[in-house]
Amino acid sequence: MLKRIYAVFLARNREFMRDRGTLAWNILMPVILVFGLAFVFGGEGRNQYTVGVLQSSGEIDAAEHPFLESRYIEFVPVTDEADGFRKVERHRLDLLVRFAGERRYWVNPESPRGYFAERLLLQSDAAVGGQMQKARVIGDPIRYVDWVLPGILGMNMMFSCLFGVGYVVVRYRKNGFLKRLRATPLQPHEFIMAQVASRLMLVMIVTAFVYLATHLILDTRMDGSYLTLLLVAAVGCISMVSLGLLIAARVTSEELAGGLLNMISWPMMILSGVWFSLEGAGPAVQGLAKAFPLTHILESARAVMLDGATIVDIAPSMIMLTLLSLVFLALGAHYFRWGPD
Amino acid sequence: MPLATLWLQKLRLDVGWLPTDPSDNLTSFAGRTPMQIALEARNLVKQYPGVVAVNDVSFTVAEGVCFGLLGPNGAGKTTTVEIIEGVTPATSGEVYYFGEVAGRRFREEAGIQFQDTALQDYLTVRETLEMFQRLYDRQADLDRIIADCSLGDLLDRDNRKLSGGQRQRLFLAVALVNEPRLVFLDEPTTGLDPQARRNFWTLVQRIQANGTTIILTTHYMDEAHVLCDEIAIMDTGKIITSGPPDELLRNRYDGLVIELPLEDLAGNLDGIEHAVYENQGIVEIMSTDVSKSLEVLAPRVANLNRIKIRQPNLEDLFLDLTGHSLRS
Repeated sequence: MLKRIYAVFLARNREFMRDRGTLAWNILMPVILVFGLAFVFGGEGRNQYTVGVLQSSGEIDAAEHPFLESRYIEFVPVTDEADGFRKVERHRLDLLVRFAGERRYWVNPESPRGYFAERLLLQSDAAVGGQMQKARVIGDPIRYVDWVLPGILGMNMMFSCLFGVGYVVVRYRKNGFLKRLRATPLQPHEFIMAQVASRLMLVMIVTAFVYLATHLILDTRMDGSYLTLLLVAAVGCISMVSLGLLIAARVTSEELAGGLLNMISWPMMILSGVWFSLEGAGPAVQGLAKAFPLTHILESARAVMLDGATIVDIAPSMIMLTLLSLVFLALGAHYFRWGPD
Repeated sequence: MPLATLWLQKLRLDVGWLPTDPSDNLTSFAGRTPMQIALEARNLVKQYPGVVAVNDVSFTVAEGVCFGLLGPNGAGKTTTVEIIEGVTPATSGEVYYFGEVAGRRFREEAGIQFQDTALQDYLTVRETLEMFQRLYDRQADLDRIIADCSLGDLLDRDNRKLSGGQRQRLFLAVALVNEPRLVFLDEPTTGLDPQARRNFWTLVQRIQANGTTIILTTHYMDEAHVLCDEIAIMDTGKIITSGPPDELLRNRYDGLVIELPLEDLAGNLDGIEHAVYENQGIVEIMSTDVSKSLEVLAPRVANLNRIKIRQPNLEDLFLDLTGHSLRS
């Protein structure tokens, strides 16, 4: 069995590596995107302050304090104190305030935006007696490029896996190559395993190259372990390839395959937080996003790269991705069809 | 000696590719040990909405034999062999390989050349052969296959840059990488020029000489006559006759065919007692006594130089059995 898997794996690798146009596009596109976005959003990425409000519920009551009525400030409910501190530390929140119980605020003294947000808070607080206690949280800022890099790597992985596998399998089916393979002892699960292994290796190489290039030139942030990040990439890639194989399991038209793959990939790209955080989105949208493999990949990758998360910290997302992969692979192998009949 | 007899002798020399002794093919098998049944198709049916593509087809193929499935385009040949190959599911019927239901062993031991297939882009001829060989436990000597199929000069060439004849040779080589006991060749010479077709025939004969069983589908009757020990003629999804080609012809015909252009016929054919067909502007007369027929014809034919006399062939048989031409 391994010999047959290796035969198809090797042939697919050669086919991909020699298709220079596709290979170049896979490498250049994400690099161009990262540099372009770093340029566009490198300066003033946001035009308002973001303040976290530490409280037990998800609803902010503006009557609690006049500061909450300030215009041009986005107030975000924060229910997890440690999460709030980390965001202030990473400059993802300009300020964290608590009005329930002992009134207190946390600010990063190295954040210019935090300085101005603090001024506004103290001005509002003086009008009601000036009871707010100050606390400091120190940490380096996260630039937009640090934040968006995992998103772009994940997006590139998604497109490469879904289209690189799904589209190719449909083409093989349409031009009769799958029928030719069917006439050999090769089994569907062996063919699928070979496709997964081939794409996994190629995507990991391309992703590593893109990461290395951007990391060396833009000095992007990496607080966690490279091994953990590698695990995230591998598990994420397998889940995406499995999804591509499931979509391509029976389809015989490239047009239909393209439509289905776009239907899956675009909502994932929008709702999984490739470009912007979904923290301000409604619970329904966030719930839907949790069903997408890309969401778990990006959350885990950002946790490792920006917050130094360990394998234990990202275990729930890894388990979810593994389960999704198993479901996709099982369904893909079950419904797999060699020919157009 | 009458003129017609001289013509006849000359024409017999011209058709030298046909076995001079019809029993030659049969005697070549006579010395072998009793042959096993390599393949049996039993009551195969394939229905599509509104069409019965294969209608209760049954036949057996003995080991070492080249068996031809003949018929015009759309007769159901390819569907029949694809059911046997296991790539198209039958509506009903069974396929047995050396007495067992065709399954894993069949896939391991069969080599298949499809009529229409694709290979992976960007792979060279050598890489393609190596890839397919790894899919099998049975291994042929790749160097021998490369030599047999004359692919030695093409090994580093991209699959996409092969000519039609080179691609057919590669497809055949792919079908041989597992040292198959049974090879399917589906319309292997369609689209090839006459020289490439002849070369391909030589290649197939070499494979058969090794004792490999061959199942050939073709709509070229001359190809079937040269290569096949036994044939089955299909039309509209059914087998209409089967047996060794020369035996079929011998049983059906007792005489020769006189051909003349319809436009050269000045009078009617009264007095010609045998079957007469008109096919694409050519009148064909089946005659058991050519001299007598030519005597009757002579005064009615404008140009005697355009008369041809030949042995009946499989195309005549097909026309006779179905009432329509193979190319229609």
